[in-house]
Amino acid sequence: MLNENGILFDVTLCVGCGACYDMCKEVNNLPETNDDYLKDHLSGNTFTVVEQYEEMYARKLCMHCNDPACISVCLVGAITKSSTGAVVYDADKCIGCRYCMQACPHSIPRYEWGTTKPRIRKCNLCDDRVKAGKLPACAEVCPTEATLYGKMDQLIEVAKNRLKNNPDKYYQHIYGLEEAGGGHVLIISPVPFEQLGYVSKLPNEPMPELTLNAMEKIPSVAIGGGIFLSAMFWLTKRKNEIAKEKNLLKGNKENEIK
Amino acid sequence: MKLNDMKIHEIIKPTFWKVVSVIIVTMGLVSTYSRFSLGLGSTTNLHDSVPWGLWIGFDFIGVGLAAAGFTIAATVHIFHIHKYEPLVRPAILTAFLGYSVVVCLLVVDLGRPENFWHPLVMWNVHSVMFEITWCLICYTTVLLLEFAPVVLEKFKIKAPLKILKMISIPVVIAGVIFSTLHQSSFGSLYLIVPGKLHPLWYSSLLPVHFYISCIAAGLSMIIFESYLIARAFPTEDGFNHTGLKMDILSGASFAVLIALILGFLLKIYDFAENGKFPLLTVPSTETYLFFLEILIGTLVPIFLLSYKKLIEDKKWIYLTSVCVISGLVLNRLNVSITGLAAYSGVNYFPSFDEISITMMLVVLAIFAFRVIAKNFAVFVSDESENLVNEKEVATTKQIILSERYE
Repeated sequence: MLNENGILFDVTLCVGCGACYDMCKEVNNLPETNDDYLKDHLSGNTFTVVEQYEEMYARKLCMHCNDPACISVCLVGAITKSSTGAVVYDADKCIGCRYCMQACPHSIPRYEWGTTKPRIRKCNLCDDRVKAGKLPACAEVCPTEATLYGKMDQLIEVAKNRLKNNPDKYYQHIYGLEEAGGGHVLIISPVPFEQLGYVSKLPNEPMPELTLNAMEKIPSVAIGGGIFLSAMFWLTKRKNEIAKEKNLLKGNKENEIK
Repeated sequence: MKLNDMKIHEIIKPTFWKVVSVIIVTMGLVSTYSRFSLGLGSTTNLHDSVPWGLWIGFDFIGVGLAAAGFTIAATVHIFHIHKYEPLVRPAILTAFLGYSVVVCLLVVDLGRPENFWHPLVMWNVHSVMFEITWCLICYTTVLLLEFAPVVLEKFKIKAPLKILKMISIPVVIAGVIFSTLHQSSFGSLYLIVPGKLHPLWYSSLLPVHFYISCIAAGLSMIIFESYLIARAFPTEDGFNHTGLKMDILSGASFAVLIALILGFLLKIYDFAENGKFPLLTVPSTETYLFFLEILIGTLVPIFLLSYKKLIEDKKWIYLTSVCVISGLVLNRLNVSITGLAAYSGVNYFPSFDEISITMMLVVLAIFAFRVIAKNFAVFVSDESENLVNEKEVATTKQIILSERYE
């Protein structure tokens, strides 16, 4: 994980210019969805937004979890982890059950509701660009380096140093490092994260573990159930037979007495 | 099978229910056409905050109410309690039709229905949805195998009957296991959304809750059906042995009572263990719906069934079965829709097309039940199954398609 890449977004550096929003639309060939980019929201045609909270701006995008709920729930494996660390989606495999949308702890995946061949839509951390040696569009275009792209271990180092060197400037928490098992998008800010619309109170365990606890019991239920039912089948059958034989014996004795 | 056996004038004679059914099915077909030609967005009220709606909720209900298919089969064929034999075939038919509705709705709900076969070849064994899909496929096959003898007997095809008879016990056992797994897994689907599903319903025990409640509701569904069939279908016209057998139904009601009490105790344990009792005093829509669900689906039926007089009265057990079924419907809708509403911040109500497609499938299932029950030996007397079937074959040679909705 530490050799994989990710994003560090620093709320204190973001000036809300919307360059990341525009560039994301451009490289992904997405149509315009709102006249005012600050009022836009994630949708089938918008993979990242810049939201305004008083004087602060917060980016929303896929958190590219280390152990993503969406990957674990996708029954056909249409969502996978790229070697770069990005969580990517293959529309050709997708059957459109939308469990990933339901399961995502950050409620990120969006759907193309308007078409008859809908796809799940979300940020893919510009996986193709990164594999071609380029930066993700948002990181490349950011004029203030509020969005940094790099190796995860280096990003964590940078974030920790900023929090340590400027304790008055930052709320002492790196959002995304541990939430839901952590991911490849880290956020630091001057205020608690729920004030910026991020999902707070997430457990630190990866979400798929919640399901795994139940799924683990399947083999024992299947095998144990099979043994139990087979045993009950023979036992009750034998019991009925014995009861029948007893009845027969009784009947014979009664006949003899007569 | 001869055409002159069909009483055509009776088939086309309009009655109230016939007219209503035709209207519902016509509307449903139009809605189905628009759903597939226009997509989900313009025909449903689903959107990014509410990715699952009525169709998924109804799938939970359909599967839950079809649970008698495995409980009754196990009671008779595994535990050898032959008293309940007359319920086996109605239960299996109900389950098969219920699952057919569920599978149709699932395909309608898929964003890319043309890819419905992908789970057969693309596997992700960590997904609850994957397990459910496979269990649904396997269990529907089991139901087909369990019901096949009824059809084969009718047409006197003997050869496959022998094979079916040989594998019948393993098939029943497999059916119980598949059912246990997927009935509970419908609850497991929501284990991954602790932050989204309201804590009144979210619990690590969700799969167990789902399993116990489906046993009570599935049996109630059979009691409900038996009552309606005994009242509505005359003994002539191909229907035999549809009369109520009170000792059987009281026995089934007693099993419902036990399942309800178990489910209720589990709920109390879950609330105590996770300190959820204070939630009950928070005035909110969720709390009221939760109380309604527990009251109608659990407390009232437990109260009613505890009286020996009431459990032996067909009217009262019919009423309790309606309560238990309503309780399950409420519970599944609460888990799949209402319990998630607060998090999504959106109030979802199904669209016309969502409702009409669902209603169409229900009407078609009821129609199929009538036609099959009328033409095949679904209702058999409490004598040994096989003996009766021979009799049935002899007496009901003609296929009667006439439907009398009176």
